[in-house]
Amino acid sequence: MDVEILSRIQFAFTIAFHYIYPPLSIGLGLIMVIMESLYLRTGNKDYEILAKFWTKIFALTFGIGVATGIVMEFEFGTNWATYSRYVGDVFGSALAAEGIFAFALESGFLGVLLFGWNRVKPWVHWVATLGVFLGSMFSAVWIVIANSWQQTPAGFHIVGEGMQARAEIIDFWEMVFNPSSMDRLVHTWQGAFLAGAFLVLSVHAYYLRKGRYIAISKKAFKIALVVATVFSLAQLISGHSSANGVAVNQQAKLAAFEGHFEENAAAPMYLFGWVDKSSQTVTGLSIPGGLSYLLHYEFGAPVTGLNAFPEEDRPSQVNAVFQFYHIMISIGMFLIVLTLVACFQWYRGELFESKGLLWVFSFAVILPQIANQVGWFAAEMGRQPWVVYGLLRTSDALSKTVTANQVLFSLILFFIVYTILLLLFLYLLNKKIKHGPYDEEEELDRPFQHDVAASFSPDK
Amino acid sequence: METLFGIDYPTLWFLVVGGLFSGYAILDGFDFGAGAWHLFFKKEKSRRLALNAIGPVWDGNEVWLVIGGGALFAGFPVMYATLFSGMYVPFMLFLLVIIMRAVSIEFRSKEPMLWWRKMWDISYSVSSIMLPFLLGIVLGNVLLGMPLGEGFEYEGEGFLSFLNPYAIMVGVSTLALMMSHGAIYLLLKTEGRMYAKLTLLLKKGMIFFMVSFGITSLYTLIYIPHLSDTFRGNPELFVVPLAALLCIANVPRLANKKKYGKAFLFSSLTISLLLILVAIELYPNLLFSTLDPKYTITVYNAASSDKSLGIMLTFAAIGTPLVLGYTAFVYITFRGKVKIDETSY
Repeated sequence: MDVEILSRIQFAFTIAFHYIYPPLSIGLGLIMVIMESLYLRTGNKDYEILAKFWTKIFALTFGIGVATGIVMEFEFGTNWATYSRYVGDVFGSALAAEGIFAFALESGFLGVLLFGWNRVKPWVHWVATLGVFLGSMFSAVWIVIANSWQQTPAGFHIVGEGMQARAEIIDFWEMVFNPSSMDRLVHTWQGAFLAGAFLVLSVHAYYLRKGRYIAISKKAFKIALVVATVFSLAQLISGHSSANGVAVNQQAKLAAFEGHFEENAAAPMYLFGWVDKSSQTVTGLSIPGGLSYLLHYEFGAPVTGLNAFPEEDRPSQVNAVFQFYHIMISIGMFLIVLTLVACFQWYRGELFESKGLLWVFSFAVILPQIANQVGWFAAEMGRQPWVVYGLLRTSDALSKTVTANQVLFSLILFFIVYTILLLLFLYLLNKKIKHGPYDEEEELDRPFQHDVAASFSPDK
Repeated sequence: METLFGIDYPTLWFLVVGGLFSGYAILDGFDFGAGAWHLFFKKEKSRRLALNAIGPVWDGNEVWLVIGGGALFAGFPVMYATLFSGMYVPFMLFLLVIIMRAVSIEFRSKEPMLWWRKMWDISYSVSSIMLPFLLGIVLGNVLLGMPLGEGFEYEGEGFLSFLNPYAIMVGVSTLALMMSHGAIYLLLKTEGRMYAKLTLLLKKGMIFFMVSFGITSLYTLIYIPHLSDTFRGNPELFVVPLAALLCIANVPRLANKKKYGKAFLFSSLTISLLLILVAIELYPNLLFSTLDPKYTITVYNAASSDKSLGIMLTFAAIGTPLVLGYTAFVYITFRGKVKIDETSY
């Protein structure tokens, strides 16, 4: 395999793995802030126990998130040197802002959040939790702005010619508020809130099914259900707005989302389907004129298709982009239905009556994760063959001095280390969940008494 | 070219990056150093104390690397691209090892089995040794200069082109410096028998550093003339290496008097002064081309536009007090000797 493919696989692999964790940290951060706020307001110990429990799980996701996050920053230089030279002037200020305003904030307060329960007053601890949460929100701001600039470049001009060309910033705020950044930021944030909320829902649904920690689990479940319902619905609106932006700014990408080839015809919206690139057909179930209607509120309105672009300027993996996009949407719709059903049951006072519903929530944790992953895959593969849309091709963005052997070597190492990391993460997460929220003693010095603390739980 | 206090923007940003690297070396330096000694502590209790001494701060320390790297990328994209792609293998190893280290810290105390803890103790200690060594290797290559050609592209050959005797010497010296620095930090954080043991380890660490530093300095003076050019032209700059030597000598003096707070301060000053020394040796170059001086990367041909640097300097001016504020808050909250409680590792 050549350097380009290997480098792309490595970047995709390392960033997809990384992206399991930051959304969880952002989403759990929000829920921890709510729990601690409720504790401060009501003085009810249950909320403190919940906040402490979720802080431990947060520590796990945050630690892996930081460690795997440094990788991407380095890879810009190691694998994508030409890209780094090209975008450095523009991308740089966003990255600098991210480091100094976001990372420093979250890591600064992290120590107090994790280890400061007995060292600072409750309200100071609440400030630390809020600081970490806001820091993680700001991290998303700057990195999404930088990525959005690659999708819809703005506020820059090109200096130099040929391989020496590079983008230079002329208007910082125009770069920040480039045409896609705000839509994509909101969409990313909300996806992260859903990832966190569904993890909380899943764990407490599990406890409720097993009849453990019932009182506190009901409280936690309700908090997370409110977050999940609000943002599942909001995600529909932001997704629509985002797609409208893509339709204007990245027509080839939108056409790939729906497998729409014809240059200038009304476009259907598929519920599911399969794209055959060679015959330019999609087999599946569709609403005729659906895409036209969503974009222009008119079923017959023409939408620019892939054939309007030269072969070398459109995404090559149309079917993959189509599938990723549709999986994301199907999951989004399912989450809306699921949370609304749960809210209806809550309204009827029967939220915790149905084991079936709790069972669905136990497993639904995987869905926002999948949606977040495939959403990014659709966005990034749909941008191809460009790394900076319309300006710099992915194939030109590589490091010229790096060889295929070197990338293969690092890719294999990443694969091994990340596999171990994922297994350890799942093992420890499972262990913390099984162990439960009640753990005031030092469990580690008394290795054979793990379940003793759990049996003190008032719900038993 | 725009200036501030009579200094042009690329030079100012060079100072910012230098300041960040120096902050990083001081902060992550002591936790690397503490980790490098880890296997010297035999008792479970000591190992947990050592780990929890850095517990609340190591993660924040690592963020300085992310910020420093980001600052280099943002201000000198050409340097960032050439250095990172040219030093591909050491940087990839660095990444994997830094992940393994974070994982070891997080997971070590999560299970009580002896084999489990031993395994993570070893991987924690080995990774804490490798990280300063790899950083030193990269620094050594930067000092030595690299084969840069057309378009500032690295033209070195082979998988292991980054390994050369000088880079290895710088790597070993960096490790030794961090180990002394880390031992002093642990002395501030521990008491009793562990404290007594650390006083002995610190002595070994300082001897290790003096020897490796001496050899590296001689090698630099004799074999790498382009580094001492600035000093020959500006004799008054000799005050910097002189100050560095005085700081280095002051550390064992203070350690003998058991004034570890001050010793830590001087150890930190030593690290800063050595990096200032590096900065003086390099400036205005960032990366010397061993093929042709016209391909040498300088702060000027590598810099982002003045517009971009101006924005980032504004960020740095707003952000620095904030960062120092959080950092002070954490260190004050966790001041004093380590106590193990239920939130500890």
